[in-house]
Amino acid sequence: MTLDLIPLAILMGLVTYPSRAIPLLVSQFGRLPRPALIYLRLVGPAVLAALAAVNTMVVDTDPGLPRAYAFQVGIQWLGVIACLAIVARWKNLLAGIVVGLAIVAGARLLGWA
Amino acid sequence: MDGLGIIATASGFGFVYGLAARTAGFSPIEASGMSLIVFAGAAQFAAVGYVAGGFSWLGIVLLTAFLNARHLLYSAALAPWYADRPKVERAAMAHLLTDEAFALTITHFRRLGHRDRWGYWFAAVVTTWIPWNVSTIAGVVVGGAVPDPNQFGLDIVFPAAMAGLAVALVSGRRELAAAIVGAVVGVAVSVAWDPAIGIIAGGLGGPLVAMAMPGPPMTELHADAPMPFGDIPLEEAIHDPARSPGP
Repeated sequence: MTLDLIPLAILMGLVTYPSRAIPLLVSQFGRLPRPALIYLRLVGPAVLAALAAVNTMVVDTDPGLPRAYAFQVGIQWLGVIACLAIVARWKNLLAGIVVGLAIVAGARLLGWA
Repeated sequence: MDGLGIIATASGFGFVYGLAARTAGFSPIEASGMSLIVFAGAAQFAAVGYVAGGFSWLGIVLLTAFLNARHLLYSAALAPWYADRPKVERAAMAHLLTDEAFALTITHFRRLGHRDRWGYWFAAVVTTWIPWNVSTIAGVVVGGAVPDPNQFGLDIVFPAAMAGLAVALVSGRRELAAAIVGAVVGVAVSVAWDPAIGIIAGGLGGPLVAMAMPGPPMTELHADAPMPFGDIPLEEAIHDPARSPGP
């Protein structure tokens, strides 16, 4: 059983903790410029959407070659769109993931994808 | 009832994280260690994807910092409610601060009209931390018994979860624009160059474009969102209880 990724977890924890702690711990937490507040608020949806889109739409066509990435269309799109729709409508991430997973798994088991 | 929903979500999401981590080659201790130490679902899912893709630790850590920067806003919003509590307690609270804990706590306090000292701990520990860590262990253990996880669609779990979390963070035109631009830039740069660079480009470029858009006043945008000070400068909100959402 390896522990190689524990240092990575610690590094991730170290960069996460300040954003969680500074305003709570620093009583004189200063005024952030209004554009900074707005920008920070927008980072979350932008990064998460980029992660979702890249992991759905980009495929490594040849792992042995550098920069061998291509745009792909597949059943994954349907799974992600279903999840999006369920979260947008019912605010239920778990249900969205389960339905998305079921669509992709079902399609693969039936040989459609 | 809100707490039950969060327990179900944290359990399901943690279980899937455990499965994904196992699939990516994490050992049970590594997967559980990440849940204990980082305790941030989106960043952990991202790390699983990046570790599986062989990306550098530096990139993973930078992405984690960006992904979790939103906690600054949650922390700032909770600060007025806990300003009179010992620093040790606030330091411990900080490690447990998540989207779910913040959402439950701020909703509960607003409903009550005053602070419930144990409300945060219930939201953070009972509904999120315990289910997340227990289900991580369950997922990573069961994951070892699944021969070909992708056959069951597990490769969709990560992007679906990211998309779902992104939707949950969209509360106005600007957030929507940031998400769309982030996705488009992310895919374009990924295809042209590299997914690691594409995601960072999308995450940084999306907000820049979105900020150029006219938006409604922040008081309208953030009535129930993680910047409850709305149009009130943070400093004033913290130091002027009458203008803050706090007690």
